[in-house]
Amino acid sequence: MTSILLPDSEAEIEAILADAAATGSPIAIHGGGSRDIGRPVQAARMLSTRAMTGVTLYEPSELVLSARAGTPLVEIEALLDQNRQRLAFEPIDYRGLLGTKGEPTIGGVTASNASGPRRIQAGAARDHLIGVRATTGRGETIKSGGRVMKNVTGYDFVKLLAGSWGTLGVLTEVTYKLLPKAETETTLVFEGLDDVRAVEAMTTALGTPFEITGAAHLPGAPSKTLLRFEGFANSCEYRTARLRDLLAAFGDAEAVRDEDSADLWRAIRDVSPLEAREDEVVWRISVKPTDGPAVAARLRAELGARCFFDWSGGLVWTAIAGPADGGGASVRNLMAALGGHATMIRAPHGLRAAISPFQPESPAVTAITHRIRESFDPAGILNPGRMG
Amino acid sequence: MSAILMPKPDERVLARRDAIIAGLATLLPPEALITSEDERRAYETDALTAYRQMPLAVVLPETTEQVSAILAFLNAEGVKVVARGAGTSLAGGALPAADAVVLGVSKMNKILDVDIANRTIRVEAGVTNLGVSGAVQHLGFFYAPDPSSQLACTIAGNIGMNSGGAHCLKYGVTTNNVLGVKMVMIDGTIVEIGGAALDAPGLDLLGLIVGSEGQIGVVTEATLRILPLAEGARPMLMGFQSAEDCGACVAAIIGSGIIPVAIEYMDRPAIRVCEAFAHAGYPLDVEALLIIEVEGSEEEIADLISRITAIAADYNPSTMKVSQSEAESAAIWKGRKSAFGAMGRIADYMCMDGTIPTGQLPRVLTGIADICSGYGLEVANIFHAGDGNLHPLVLFNANKPGELEKAEAAGADILKLCVEVGGCLTGEHGVGVEKRELMVHQFNTIDLDQQMRIKTALDPQWLLNPHKVFPLEGRPV
Repeated sequence: MTSILLPDSEAEIEAILADAAATGSPIAIHGGGSRDIGRPVQAARMLSTRAMTGVTLYEPSELVLSARAGTPLVEIEALLDQNRQRLAFEPIDYRGLLGTKGEPTIGGVTASNASGPRRIQAGAARDHLIGVRATTGRGETIKSGGRVMKNVTGYDFVKLLAGSWGTLGVLTEVTYKLLPKAETETTLVFEGLDDVRAVEAMTTALGTPFEITGAAHLPGAPSKTLLRFEGFANSCEYRTARLRDLLAAFGDAEAVRDEDSADLWRAIRDVSPLEAREDEVVWRISVKPTDGPAVAARLRAELGARCFFDWSGGLVWTAIAGPADGGGASVRNLMAALGGHATMIRAPHGLRAAISPFQPESPAVTAITHRIRESFDPAGILNPGRMG
Repeated sequence: MSAILMPKPDERVLARRDAIIAGLATLLPPEALITSEDERRAYETDALTAYRQMPLAVVLPETTEQVSAILAFLNAEGVKVVARGAGTSLAGGALPAADAVVLGVSKMNKILDVDIANRTIRVEAGVTNLGVSGAVQHLGFFYAPDPSSQLACTIAGNIGMNSGGAHCLKYGVTTNNVLGVKMVMIDGTIVEIGGAALDAPGLDLLGLIVGSEGQIGVVTEATLRILPLAEGARPMLMGFQSAEDCGACVAAIIGSGIIPVAIEYMDRPAIRVCEAFAHAGYPLDVEALLIIEVEGSEEEIADLISRITAIAADYNPSTMKVSQSEAESAAIWKGRKSAFGAMGRIADYMCMDGTIPTGQLPRVLTGIADICSGYGLEVANIFHAGDGNLHPLVLFNANKPGELEKAEAAGADILKLCVEVGGCLTGEHGVGVEKRELMVHQFNTIDLDQQMRIKTALDPQWLLNPHKVFPLEGRPV
């Protein structure tokens, strides 16, 4: 039986981690518990940041917000919405895909560097994160960055901690820059393109000045290729018209607007179009966009995989049923050949314990990573093995 | 004597100079090794010219493999290495040391691959910032970070310092635009991190490397994001009679949902000097001037300008002028981008680089004026108003004994004020030697110790650019 610790202050977290370090007892680190991803952590105790809640700073005119790590994302989004602002990186909600029940927290968003379709234009969570406080495996709370938009003072632990899945420190407070919400959004939908043509259309679109904020391709009968525009109404109107002309060779496009468009992208963000079945392992494959179709073709041919594409082809969400390794060997070989990386996002615990869900790295990078981990968490108590 | 001390050179290294040079000579062609005093002098300082240190030797490798061999050799010999791009650091980031070898990347200046479909470019690290944009401009693309020194500064230096520029309000700084690097560690190990995909696996090592001021490894190649050029861009000038009105106007524009590509601020002294130099058409009868640039089609530009103009009307602008031609736009930007050079014609100056919460602008501007007048010095303010990154130029006369020290003291007080109001010591120039001793005002011992542990973990002997970033006291070695 795992015992659950619910500290509500940095001082408590410091005491818990210092003690764990002294006794060498590993601790599983949780936010809302909605992201059961990575290698399962073997630990007798779990530290949840659920009690570390509350927005500590919000200055709408300065586009900045700080919150304690356990603050539910939904609370932050509701607050920002009052001022027509948002976290522009569009964090994914994993609950539908993973069948988890928890409430996503801002700390979890940060620790997993959760980013959505707008990544191609606005950047990832790590690009919007400007400050962190975190308690390391030494039981010491460090800060990096701050609340200002540009900051190169000292090493950038803000980026290093984003996407570190609780393995370097327990995030206690995070600060994000915000962006205004767009006045309107429109999505152009092209039908019937095959993967290669779709990626051609999407990369062509992204090579224009018309500021596409989402580019996804959903294979099927018929396939749909989606391009999203956001901004002031007249600007959106102009840009969609120009792009329609430029992409005339790819067929006629239907325009989907406002809430209907938002629904489409919420589904893509949360991997709903994959409709992953219970018996399927789900991979998140990141390659350069023009390699996307080849990845899908190969995994379909070899393993009967089902795929859809976000990030103009660069993010291939893949469902694989059948092989005992969840397709791991094939996926890894393919990544070695193409130079991308793949994460086994959803798989049974046993499989995630047996093979690393994260992409294995070169020996040189592994050595660097190891030395960094050792300096943050010398006793190896924080989510040990989760990213291994 | 100026306030910033250099550590005492390692006598044992100085005594072995001939042997070290002989060792380097076996690793490099003769023209890539500089040992004569005359030629080394070109490398004794960077853009923080108040400080000079003659390096032990200078190497100019042409390949990653040569860099690897050099670092492995110097690591074994226990000799310090200062990596250098173009030497444009305003913080002394490329300042050598008497017991250090300067490793210049200027000969590694090839564009390796342009991939328009995937919007990336792979370059050797010695390519200049403007050289990257130059390689893709004819294809309708550009590289976004645009430090004022972009004609000269290298991608290696930009990565070292996480450089920004006037247009990063919309497009981000270096760390938001680098997808991958090839880097050599101090022991000679060559690592590849990231690549052409939008995200890299594992810990965000790229995030750590960018802005690590040459203390973690020597970057020899980089994969960068390139972006399509906007259909058009147009700056407008807006003058105000008070900093308060000007600051409030910036907040209102951003609060309205408009993120212009750039919002640059100049105060009266800066306007005068820049106008005299560039004849940009800046109004001379205002206390504060904004250059606001918007992008898009003709219609979009007109629409954004009319929205901005309507917002600004509430803040008593005394001048409002939209550029009417390409030539006028170029002149407006020439004035801003040559501000530091123009200022250098009339006085010596220390260029500060703090960032503040934008709401603190009026308070900090008053504070800066008070600090400088307290030292009997003049100040001109130029900064990126949209993101609160200030560049106060503290003016002094280097030939007058004691003035440099006064300017440094005023600069330090200004940066402490930035930290006090919730900001930071450096927004885009880096810590270098200049702000090394001020780090204790922003970070406590626990913060600094953890940063230094990373330095030790990746460069155990502290050989890479060691006398920078961290205060000399309290170091582990």
